[in-house]
Order: sequence, then C-alpha cells, then structure tokens
Amino acid sequence: MEYPRRHFFIKAAGVIAAFAAAGWIDPTLADSVEWNKRAFDVKTLDELVGLLGGEPASISEAIHFDAPDIAENGAVVPLAIVSAIPGTESIAILVEKNPNVLAAMFTLPEGTLPEIQARVKMAETCNVYALVRAGGRSFYTAKEIKVTLGGCGG
Amino acid sequence: MGNPMKIRARAEGDVVEVKVLMAHVMETGQRKNQAGELIPAWFIQRVEATYGDRVVLSAQWGPAISANPFMSFKFKGGAKGEKVRIAWFDSKGDTRTDEVIIA
Repeated sequence: MEYPRRHFFIKAAGVIAAFAAAGWIDPTLADSVEWNKRAFDVKTLDELVGLLGGEPASISEAIHFDAPDIAENGAVVPLAIVSAIPGTESIAILVEKNPNVLAAMFTLPEGTLPEIQARVKMAETCNVYALVRAGGRSFYTAKEIKVTLGGCGG
Repeated sequence: MGNPMKIRARAEGDVVEVKVLMAHVMETGQRKNQAGELIPAWFIQRVEATYGDRVVLSAQWGPAISANPFMSFKFKGGAKGEKVRIAWFDSKGDTRTDEVIIA
C-alpha cells in the first residue's frame, strides 16, 4: 500500500524541481519580506508618516506629480511621479478617501531613478498624495482628482 | 501562478526604462457578487525587480492598484542584451516571475 504514495511524492518533487528549472518558481526570490499590513491600514497621510518615523511631512514643490484633473473611470487612474528631492529613497501613493488610503509604496535602491508610473483605483473625488521619503524625512504633494465613476463600488 | 507579464525594457544611454503590465484581477474585497456576498480580496502585495543580483525596485501594493497593473520605472547601469527580471507575490501566496532582455 505504501508504494503508490511514495511514488506520488517522488513525482511531486520532480514537478516542483521542473517548475524551478523553468523559472516559474524562483528560489532566490523567496518570500522573505512581509507585506506591511499596518501601513496599508492607516487612514491618513499623517498616520503613515508617523508609522514610518521622523518629523511630519512637509509639502514640497520638488515633487512633480502628473495626474488627470478628471478621471472618467475611477478604476484606472494613471499617475506619474518624479521627485527632484536629493536622496529620494521611496515614493508612496495615497488616495485620501479610499477604504485603504495607501495604494502603493515603491522603494528605490541606489541607482534607480526617482520616477514612477502606476495606475490606481479611486472610490470618489478626493486628494491624491505623492509621498517621498529622503534621508529620514517626508515630503509630499497633493492633487485633487475628480472621479466621474467610482472604481471601488459593486 | 497567473498569466505572463508583458515587460519592455529599453536602454537609452546609461538609463534603462522598464514598463510592466501584469495580469491580475486585483480584487479589492469591497465588491459584492450578484448574490450580495462580498468577493474576497485578492491582490498583488509585493513586486520585486532585479538586474542580475541587483534589486532595482521593490514595491508594496494594496488593493487600490488597478486590475492588470501597469508600472514603469528607470534605473542606471543596465546594458543592452542583459536581462531584467520581475516577480510578484499576491495575497493568496501565489507568485509569478518573468524576464525580458533589455533592448
């Protein structure tokens, strides 16, 4: 009775090895970093900055935030952020009136330019923030985007 | 393990611009089905881009990233003919890795 089971396990191991060989499962990209649930649970920009540490965020003209004035479809709102702040380490996108305010946080290692494009969902018309971290300090810029059709409804 | 990503990487001088289009439902957990039941959240939580051994971008995402996510970024020091690799990890423990040769 044991033989078929053992055979199954050996077969399963072989399949996993084949996946790894094909690059579908990458052993070097193991899931070592946890998703930051606390950051995604915050309700305001200030709360997120408090969580990340340092002084409260100051508004900055050195963050170029390219976004539409009106989003006809709140399910897909294209954003482009370019930071001219020296030593920019990360760029986050926050949508003020979404159920989860934080949409994304991009960490930029040395050699990666402080330029990010992404598309977010917006539940309703509100401010969208681009938050930049540099040298332990936080900077932001805000833009109001009007939403004609919400992207989070049923 | 999801469908393949579409990735483009283009070198312009010393800078490589990477554009990625992923195939993922990015379900928010806020929507209801026709029977009025909540559809459980299911979204990409982490993204990592590597060039050789070097991490060139890492990101954490919430459910507010649009379905079939698009992102673009730029890094210095990439060479034509070399590879950029993108990996995502979602809230159900699913993951996918794809790579592209820099043009």
